[in-house]
Amino acid sequence: MAIDAIVLRSVDNVATAVQNLKEGQEAATRLDRELIPVVVGQDIPYGHKFAFRDIKKGENILKYGEVIGRATADIPRGMHAHVQNIESLRGRGDLQKEEA
Amino acid sequence: MEFMGYGRPDGQVGTRNFVGILSAVVCVNEVVEAIARQVQGTARFTHHQGCCQTPLDIGLVNKALIGLGKNPNLHSVIVVSLGCESTDLQGVIDGIKASGKRVEHLVVQEIGGATRTIAQGVLLAQEMVGEASKEQRKPFPISKLIMGMKCGSSDTSSGLVPNPAIGVASDLLVEAGGTSILGEVTEFIGAEHILASHAKNKEVADGILALVDRMEKRAMAVGEDIRGGQPTGGNIKGGLTTIEEKSLGAIAKAGSAPIQAVYEYGEFPEAGGLVVMDSPGREPEILTGLAAAGANVIVFATGRGAPQGFPFVPVIKITGSQTAAEKMIDHIDMNLAAVIDGDDTIPDAGKRVLDRVVSVASGEVTKAELSGYFNAMDIFMQGPVI
Repeated sequence: MAIDAIVLRSVDNVATAVQNLKEGQEAATRLDRELIPVVVGQDIPYGHKFAFRDIKKGENILKYGEVIGRATADIPRGMHAHVQNIESLRGRGDLQKEEA
Repeated sequence: MEFMGYGRPDGQVGTRNFVGILSAVVCVNEVVEAIARQVQGTARFTHHQGCCQTPLDIGLVNKALIGLGKNPNLHSVIVVSLGCESTDLQGVIDGIKASGKRVEHLVVQEIGGATRTIAQGVLLAQEMVGEASKEQRKPFPISKLIMGMKCGSSDTSSGLVPNPAIGVASDLLVEAGGTSILGEVTEFIGAEHILASHAKNKEVADGILALVDRMEKRAMAVGEDIRGGQPTGGNIKGGLTTIEEKSLGAIAKAGSAPIQAVYEYGEFPEAGGLVVMDSPGREPEILTGLAAAGANVIVFATGRGAPQGFPFVPVIKITGSQTAAEKMIDHIDMNLAAVIDGDDTIPDAGKRVLDRVVSVASGEVTKAELSGYFNAMDIFMQGPVI
């Protein structure tokens, strides 16, 4: 079964590309046994994530059914979700310094 | 299930049969290298520690050298000393001897310098390799395997395929009475609640959380966002966005077995079963820590293709990335990329990982051994060089 992307848990709001995806492409995105088409709005390199649903700024990013960070901007469905719009919530010595 | 290994006096079983040449201090690395280069059947361990360090770190050096010397993949050991280092030479010798194996030592400042020590060391090593070569492999149950687990140069595929497959292999090994060691505490950050829920009791769960807290505080003390360091630049290029995401993929190596105990760096995993060991994520330090804890085989998941092995413990490189399997063919032992397309499954792939572990433990060589790419090792330090 050739797939373009995979969603690991049904609660996840991001999908992971398992091929290099081209802007405008309808990505066959696997969730369990289902294939759901998602039109990607940007080139998504292999291994990178895109929003599987519309994500609002400040919302938690869920992958493996767990929180992997927080959106620093709105991420519409199909758009690249990575360091430019997601921040980590852990190991943030920079935040601790600002608070001090 | 059985493998063919070398029985040792202390009951441990080697998967290799080298004479180990260990540096007591950075200053004798070149002597150790020269002896090992000259004598087939030796394996060397060199590092950059052993002098001008805090007592805490010198203690770690002593402990790591003892653990490495006791590793069952070494038949016997030569420790090379400069003569003025902070490392406790006699303590290291006595610690290794407790395993019942032969330990010799050479002190450069007593012998006449590097050249004379190399000459003496080569002759001594030749004699010891001759003795070691009389050992024969015999069948042992796989409960005698101590499998170190590591992932490196990770990308998104690591958490999807090789790490969960290693988790299956670990479960099968533990079920058969074997031991598997999960390290890389930095890569528990953001996933520690899941690991803690696998702990066999509250004490172990608290131990896991305390380790992660200590590692995170150490990273945060620098006053910066750890991104770029963790996840690494390569991880980010590979699609991993945050340490939490990397961790959730990394801990898949733990499988589903209960975690029996938490150990310090390089400590022998007495409890058996699945255990956690304090260690950072970087290859030279964690591979050394696993070997010092007594691991006789190591499985290593990689997404982009990490090349390092270890001088005397076979390291099996496993990827779920077709790209890595092709672009890093010199270093990849197992390609599980078919799982991504749905042509293979994690449980089947995991069984094959264990089969390969058993075959490698019995003598099949890994890519890292074939290429001799395994000497840039080091010991994990906490404090500064002073």
